[in-house]
Amino acid sequence: MKAGKTLPNNSAHGDMGPPRVAQTQLCMKVFVQRDYSDGTTVKFQNFFPPELEGKLERALFENTIGQLNAYFREAEKGTCSTYCEGCMACLTAYLMYICAQTHYEKCLRKVAKFVQEQNERVYKPKGLYLTNPVERGLRVIEISILDQPVVSRT
Amino acid sequence: MVSADTVYLPVSVDLPQEANHSHEKAKMTNVTRKWELFPGRNKFCCDGRIMMAPQTSVFFVTVGLIVGTCSLFFAFDCPFLAVRITPAIPVVGAVLFVFVMSSLLRTSFSDPGIIPRATPDEAAYIEKQIEVPNSTNSPTYRPPPRTKEITIRGQTVKLKYCFTCKIFRPPRASHCSLCDNCVERFDHHCPWVGNCVGKRNYRYFYMFIVSLAFLCVFILAGAVTHIILLAKEDRPYFEAVKESPASVIVALVCFFSVWSVMGLAGFHTYLTTSNQTTNEDIKGSFSSKRGQASYNPYSRGNICSNCCHILCGPSPPSLIDRRGMVPPEVWESLAKESTVISNNRTYGAVPHPPQPQVNGLPNQPDPKQAMPSDIRCQSSPQQVAGAVLCQPSAQEPGCVRPSVESPQEILLTPTDFIKNRPSDLRDAELDLDEVTNAVANLSASRLRLLQDTTMIESALDLDSLEESVSSIDTGSQAGLLKPKEFP
Ligand SMILES: [Zn+2]
Ligand SMILES: [Zn+2]
Repeated sequence: MKAGKTLPNNSAHGDMGPPRVAQTQLCMKVFVQRDYSDGTTVKFQNFFPPELEGKLERALFENTIGQLNAYFREAEKGTCSTYCEGCMACLTAYLMYICAQTHYEKCLRKVAKFVQEQNERVYKPKGLYLTNPVERGLRVIEISILDQPVVSRT
Repeated sequence: MVSADTVYLPVSVDLPQEANHSHEKAKMTNVTRKWELFPGRNKFCCDGRIMMAPQTSVFFVTVGLIVGTCSLFFAFDCPFLAVRITPAIPVVGAVLFVFVMSSLLRTSFSDPGIIPRATPDEAAYIEKQIEVPNSTNSPTYRPPPRTKEITIRGQTVKLKYCFTCKIFRPPRASHCSLCDNCVERFDHHCPWVGNCVGKRNYRYFYMFIVSLAFLCVFILAGAVTHIILLAKEDRPYFEAVKESPASVIVALVCFFSVWSVMGLAGFHTYLTTSNQTTNEDIKGSFSSKRGQASYNPYSRGNICSNCCHILCGPSPPSLIDRRGMVPPEVWESLAKESTVISNNRTYGAVPHPPQPQVNGLPNQPDPKQAMPSDIRCQSSPQQVAGAVLCQPSAQEPGCVRPSVESPQEILLTPTDFIKNRPSDLRDAELDLDEVTNAVANLSASRLRLLQDTTMIESALDLDSLEESVSSIDTGSQAGLLKPKEFP
């Protein structure tokens, strides 16, 4: 696959900040899929992908997924305050949403912060990169293995 | 099939010509925000703040009806009623009107819960997983499964693979064929509000319907009261009508719309209390079939919590980052690709035969002009059936290898183009995603025309039609994916 193109640049390790698109584009990626066993709430499978064997400790992976799941559970939980927020928005003919931030958006901020922190502390030093699931439409958690080029499928 | 090329020539007229293309390229270089690259067919306004379905004419009819009727009511009935009964009437009317318009505009202009399409890597990962491992050795080729069974709270649910979005659709999601997106908790595509109704805007839609029902009743009552009070002033009924013709118009409009609006409000109240979508209700997803007990696994137990959660629960975020900036790397690569595409388009213009396969009528030059619209509507299911029949052999993005390795498999393909195209394209080593999309849009365009004339099917997104659209997409994609697999 795309054999003619250059291999990914390995210099991403030292950098802080997200790797450039060009760097993540051509490396091998692992995708953690959604877990629908509890309905359509956002929850990711805690199943350790075999591709990450030897690159990442199982406990670290499970911790990341568990934390992310906890953030999304908090965002989607029907508490009194979220119901009040919804009712208020309805009573103001949804004009409230123009100026106020929703509970969900606040939780997504936390997720973004958590992902960034995890990248800096755990994933980057191991040559991995965790993509914020919101950027992938909450379908998958994408973990790029930066120093491993894509496997040719011939 | 040598002569086929001459038959296909008119098709290439539909392709973007050089002039169009240079325009397209000029647009490409100015891309700054992500909505400009959005792969669906939605319309965007105000630099991506507003998104709507591709066809919005009926939406303007809705707005016109509501605004027109209300202004007549406020201009002619309200002054009279405020003096004769109570000044609260115009106030209540105004509040209701603001609420109706606000929820209508929210429904129409917001993202219904579109699931962004898979990135190429993600799609490749999924397709690698659904590939049947030992299909190369087995004598009879079996297409890989396109559904995945999962269990949700003890209820088995089938997830379908969406060929357009390259994802396994989440439970309750469905692909809207008009907007060309997968929408989460898809309810239906509503032409009246000019948008899909899905997870993110269902609450607005519901409040719109309910408040519109109240507004209708309120205005009807006001207009009728006006006429009755006029008639009471010892004039004949006919005179009263003559004095206030606007009230009669308002009363008539409200009288005819109130029944359907109230019916719809009632129906959606039932759906909300049982936590179902219109799509699921029509398909009977949770009705017991073949003796198997079936229940709604998404219901939260009781009517109250269902309503609370759907109407006031946490509001999910939009997953398509419409207003996000396109990173410079992406549009640089896009600009590069677009020049390559131009070569490829002119190169591949003659053997562009997906259309005949779509319609199952290879010899008919242009069915959409040859047939009157009613015949078209009738014949579309058969054509669709044909397209579906072609599916197992025509679509195989994931199982490209077997079909090339064993020659009998190629013979199974209904047309030669799948076999021919890869050899054409194998020379050109490109990233073909853009081309794929372009071809897919073209090949499906005729079927879409058929669908657009038969609103009902597309509005409800019935499975057969949706499958057929996607099968066409992959029909053309299958051929294009091959060179990618063989560098
Ligand atoms: Zn889709
Ligand atoms: Zn739609």
